[in-house]
Amino acid sequence: MRQFLIRRLIQSALLLFVLMTFTFALTRLTPGGPEAVLFEQPNMGAVDIERLRERFGLNDPLPLAYWKWISSAIRLDFGRSYQYLRPPLDVMGERLWPTLQLELVAYCIALLGIPLGIIAAMNRARLPDVVIRIFTVFGSAVPGWWLALVIIVIMSATIGWFPYGEGREGPIDWFTHIILPATMLGLGGIVAFTRFVRSQVLEVIEQDYVRTARAKGLPELLPSWPTGRRSLIARLRLAANLSVSTVILRHILRNALLPVVTLLGGLLPALISGAVIMEGIFNWPGMGRLYLEAAGTRDYPLLLAITTMATLATLLGTLFADILYGYVDPRVRYG
Amino acid sequence: MVDPRTSVTVAEDGLVTATVSDAKKAPAPSDVGRSQGIYARAWAKLRRDPVSVAAALVLGLIVLVTLLAPVIADSVLQTSPERIMRTPNGRIAALQPPGPGYPLGTDDLGRDVLTRLLYAGRVSLTIGFTVALVSIVVGTFAGMVAGYFGGWVDDVVNAAVQFVFNIPGLFVLILLAVLFRPDVLMLSLIFGFFFWPATARQVRGVVLSVRALDYVTAARALGASNGRIMLRHILPNVANIVMVVAGLDVAAAILGESALSFLGFGVQVPQSSWGNMLSGSQDMFRKAPWLVYPPGVMIFLTVLCVVLLADGLRDAFDPRV
Repeated sequence: MRQFLIRRLIQSALLLFVLMTFTFALTRLTPGGPEAVLFEQPNMGAVDIERLRERFGLNDPLPLAYWKWISSAIRLDFGRSYQYLRPPLDVMGERLWPTLQLELVAYCIALLGIPLGIIAAMNRARLPDVVIRIFTVFGSAVPGWWLALVIIVIMSATIGWFPYGEGREGPIDWFTHIILPATMLGLGGIVAFTRFVRSQVLEVIEQDYVRTARAKGLPELLPSWPTGRRSLIARLRLAANLSVSTVILRHILRNALLPVVTLLGGLLPALISGAVIMEGIFNWPGMGRLYLEAAGTRDYPLLLAITTMATLATLLGTLFADILYGYVDPRVRYG
Repeated sequence: MVDPRTSVTVAEDGLVTATVSDAKKAPAPSDVGRSQGIYARAWAKLRRDPVSVAAALVLGLIVLVTLLAPVIADSVLQTSPERIMRTPNGRIAALQPPGPGYPLGTDDLGRDVLTRLLYAGRVSLTIGFTVALVSIVVGTFAGMVAGYFGGWVDDVVNAAVQFVFNIPGLFVLILLAVLFRPDVLMLSLIFGFFFWPATARQVRGVVLSVRALDYVTAARALGASNGRIMLRHILPNVANIVMVVAGLDVAAAILGESALSFLGFGVQVPQSSWGNMLSGSQDMFRKAPWLVYPPGVMIFLTVLCVVLLADGLRDAFDPRV
C-alpha cells in the first residue's frame, strides 16, 4: 500500500510537471501568446509596452522564463494576472467558495443515482427498470449545456423562477439560486451512478451466497419487526440494528456498492469540467466562469494557474478513489 | 479466423469480458449444421431488434440530409447559409419566428435557421466521425500492442493512458482554442487525443484474454509471426468491441464539440456547428426562444441514435442476450 502510494504520488507529480511545462511552452511559443495581447492595445506606446514586458517577465529568454515560472509555481506563485494585476491564486481564492458549494450540491444530487440503480436492478426488465433505463439513455444523449439553456429560457425568462447567479439572502434564496445549476451539473453523475450501481447489483444478485441467504429465510429488505416481551425502545433498537442481516442490505448492497466508491473520485474531473460550462451558462461567480473570463481576456498567468490547479484536483480525485477502493475492498492489494 | 466459441462482450459499465462458451452450452439441435460467423449472427440479431433498426434509420436520415445540405438548400429551401432573408415588404427578416420562407425562423442576422442547421450538421458529424476514427486507429493499435506484448510496452501504454485520463480536457481545450483558433481537422485531432485511451483500455482487456487461447498458441507453434498473429487471429476478435466503442466515441465527440463550440472555443465563426449556433448571447434566446430548440434537438437525436445503435451492437455480439 505504501509503495503503491509513493509510486502514484511520483506519477502524479510527474504528470503535473509535464502538463505545466506543456501549457507554459504553448503560451510562450505560439503566435497568439502574451505578446499579442500587449500589441493589440491601441493606445500604448513602445515605452509602455517595454515597461509591461519587463514587468511581466516577457523579456527574459525562454529557458530563464520557464525556470522562473516553474520554480515559483511550485511555491504556488503564478506571477500576476494581466487583468487583475494580482496573484492568480488570490483571484481564484475569491471564486473558490461558490464553486465548492456548487460541486458539493451537484455531488449530493449525483448520489441519487445509487437508489435509482438499486431500484432498476431489483426490478429487472419490469416497469421501473424500463423507465429508469429510458431516463439514463436520454440523460446520456442530451447535451447538458443545451438542457440548461432550455430550462433557463423556459423558467427564468417566462416564469421568473430560479434566478441567475448566486443567492445571498437567506437559505431559501440560496437554494433557488443553486438548485438549477447544481442539478444540471449533477445530471451526468446521476446517469453514471445509476448505470454502474445497476450493473453491480445485477452481478451480485446472481451470487450463490445471495441464494443461500434467501434459502435460509432471511428477510428481504427490512428486518422483521421484533416480537416477544420487549419494550418499544428495545424493539426499535433491534429493528434499526444493521447487524440484523437482511438479503438486500447485508448480502447485496454491501458487496455491490463497494466498487461505487471508485466513481466517487472518478466523478470529480467531470464535475470540475462541467462546472466551467454550467457556471458560464448560469452566471455563477465561481472558478469555472473565472476561467472563461480569463480565456476571453487572454489572461495567461490566470489561465495557467487555473489549469494547473484543475489538474491537481483531478489527480487527487483519482488517487483518492484508488486509495479508498483498496481500503474498502480487502481483495484489492496494491503492490 | 474467428473462433466461433469465443465471444467478447462489453458490459454496460464498460467492463470487457471474454468468454469461451463451453461444450455444455452447445447450440440447440436446430442450430446444428447452420454454422454462422459471429458477424453474420450479430447482423441477424441486429436486424431483428426494432430499436436498433429505428436508430439506424433515423441516423441514416440525419446523415443523408446533412450530406445533401447544398442540394436541399438550393432546390427546396432556395436559400444559402449566409443569405440574409427578407420579409415580404423588403425588410431584413432578423429574429423572425417560424413562418413561410423560413420554416424554423431566422437568427439575429436574418439567416434561415433550417439551412444553417443542415450545414452545421455537416461540421458536427464530420468532427464526430473523425474523432472516432482517430480514437479507434490509435487506441486499437496501442491496446493491441500493449495486450499482446505485455512487459515494458504494456507499461508505457498504461502510463500514457493514465496520463491522458488525468488531464482536465476542457481546460486544455479552451487554452488551445485561445492560442490557436483550431480548424475542424485540428479540433478533431485534439479530441481524438483525449479519446484514444478509453479504446486502448478496452482493446487491451480483450487482447489479454484472447492471447491465451489455444488457437493463438497453435498459430505461434506453426511459426506465425507476431504481426500475423495480431492481424489475422486477434484483430477479428477485437473488431466487435471496437465497433461498439466507436459508436460511443462518435456520441461523446459530438457532445463534447457542441459544448466547446457553445462556449465559443470550438468551431470558429464563419463555420458553424450545432454547438456554436447557440453561442450567442442568452438574452437573445429570451426574445427568440425558437432559436434554442433546433440545434439541441439535432444533437440529441443524433447522439441518441448513435448510443442506441452502439447498445444494440453490443447486445448483438453478446451470446448471452
